[in-house]
Amino acid sequence: MRYYLDFEKKLEPLERRVNEIERFYDINDPHYSKEVHYLQKKISKVEKEIYGDLTNWQRSQLSRHLNRPHTLDYINNIFSDFIELHGDRKYKDDPAVVTGFANYEGIKVAVIGHQKGKDVREMAHRNFGMAHPDGYRKAMRIMDMADRWQKPVITFIDTPGAFPGVGAEERGQAEAIASSIYFMFSLSVPVITIVIGEGGSGGALGIGVGNRILMMENATYSVISPEGCAAILWRDGSKGPMAADALKPTSYDLLKLGVIDEIIKEPFGGAHRDWKESFQNTRAALTNNLEALMKYEPGDIKSMRYDKFRKMGIFEEKR
Amino acid sequence: MGFFSRKDKTKKPHKEIDIQREIKKAEKDESLWIKCSSCQELLYRKEVERNKHVCPKCLYHFPINVDVRVALMFDKGSFTELYKDVEPVDFLKFKDTKPYKARLVETKETTKRSDAMMCGRAAINGLDVLAAIFDFNFMGGSLGSVVGEKITRTLEQGAKDKLPVILFCSSGGARMQEGIMSLMQMSKVSGAIYNLKSHGIPYITVLTDPTLGGVTASMGMLGDIIIAEPKAMIGFAGPRVIKETIKEELPHGFQRAEYLLEHGMIDMIVPRKELKKRLYTLLSHVT
Ligand SMILES: [Zn+2]
Repeated sequence: MRYYLDFEKKLEPLERRVNEIERFYDINDPHYSKEVHYLQKKISKVEKEIYGDLTNWQRSQLSRHLNRPHTLDYINNIFSDFIELHGDRKYKDDPAVVTGFANYEGIKVAVIGHQKGKDVREMAHRNFGMAHPDGYRKAMRIMDMADRWQKPVITFIDTPGAFPGVGAEERGQAEAIASSIYFMFSLSVPVITIVIGEGGSGGALGIGVGNRILMMENATYSVISPEGCAAILWRDGSKGPMAADALKPTSYDLLKLGVIDEIIKEPFGGAHRDWKESFQNTRAALTNNLEALMKYEPGDIKSMRYDKFRKMGIFEEKR
Repeated sequence: MGFFSRKDKTKKPHKEIDIQREIKKAEKDESLWIKCSSCQELLYRKEVERNKHVCPKCLYHFPINVDVRVALMFDKGSFTELYKDVEPVDFLKFKDTKPYKARLVETKETTKRSDAMMCGRAAINGLDVLAAIFDFNFMGGSLGSVVGEKITRTLEQGAKDKLPVILFCSSGGARMQEGIMSLMQMSKVSGAIYNLKSHGIPYITVLTDPTLGGVTASMGMLGDIIIAEPKAMIGFAGPRVIKETIKEELPHGFQRAEYLLEHGMIDMIVPRKELKKRLYTLLSHVT
């Protein structure tokens, strides 16, 4: 089902009508082809108007758009022969994290990503992409194999955050995230992280220690969600738009801060407007970065990753 | 209790009330009394201080400032502070109800410290160690660039000098005013811990009340050996967030040190007054 954010609502009747004509009428009929032509002109005008100058808050909403491609969509469209692997061998299989091995244009790789859902049923099953400790432990299992078998690791970040619950705490949510971050520093294979949607805090970072961090143009990556930040600092959850401005969580902000390496362009209006173009751009970026990293020796890959994260932080030092 | 009877006396109607004086008095009262956040008992502050900042009723360990921590944990005069000149910067021009810049100026003034982390070289009964201590008084011990950088340097120094590193945690988590950069400190420090451990050097963490969020989910839980102080609140998500998410009452003692010990998340709970001795014995076993 097509879903419209509040600020996209103007598009809804126009696109619905185009859809209707295409489905039920003969578009070769000049009467209808004229209407479609008119509607499409109107649509691109509205698109320019609503997507032309996106605010941080709008980008935060786009990053969670229900029609945005999710991890499994990327895996199924730009990889082949994906074999999903399940379970952490300790407690359970966490559906909020998918893991496995796949073929990327002839290169065998491990893939790991948070998985949100498309509809109510899948969203519940995937716990809205909020992982339990078991998800991070499964991820470590797959990373360990990838390291021993010398397969590059590709991780996809798309989560509101790790799940805050009693079971999650009892089984060591903090320990699992900490260990996964730590473990990623031990990997001698190239790791590429792509923030495809919502990069929510420690739950995102748990699979985010990449040699390269790429980010979809309208994805966000932040220490806390704008709503969460607003609730704490403004004591008012509705101040999300102000918090989104203050937190600077967009791809452009993060590139400026040197936290990410590259922005992957999205089709005008966002990845949900044209999946194909999103996948094409992602594939191009992934190929470039993977080829570049595969030239290095395993030992260098590891120290390069350390050096990359070692530089993070902005402070002053008086002498 | 004397506290209440005295309050009653001030209510005598016949005299004009000097508001400024009353405020001062109330402030003084507040500084005389302190409420235990574990058993909720109202305690005489002096008595708590005499008891090494431990609740005499339930043994809850109050947060202590870094100087007290140093005095309690290390040999007299052995502590040399490191990386004192690393100072925070408001690089996001962050502003909530108050600009971050103003908050920093204010907090620096009240705490007389540059940020929420004090690192140094010290000795425990003659054994040399490196220590990193969170200062909860400085913006809730939140993890920002300065805190992350100072811990990282301490860990790197440990690898270089082959000295064990002890991290004393007390933090509400990441510092929101530094946005994504505060999150990146979790990875930076974890990388440095990986580096230290690869050199065969022990890394010990002491989790004190409270240790939450990104601090727990990185440097806190990565200790080779994890010690907690009695009744310390330790977790990833805060109890309020969890309660709001699951809409259920939380189990008794949830996220307290005793609960974590039972669930296998920490090695031991050690009362503050025995901690120095325990650290010494432990270090003498593993170094
Ligand atoms: Zn008490």
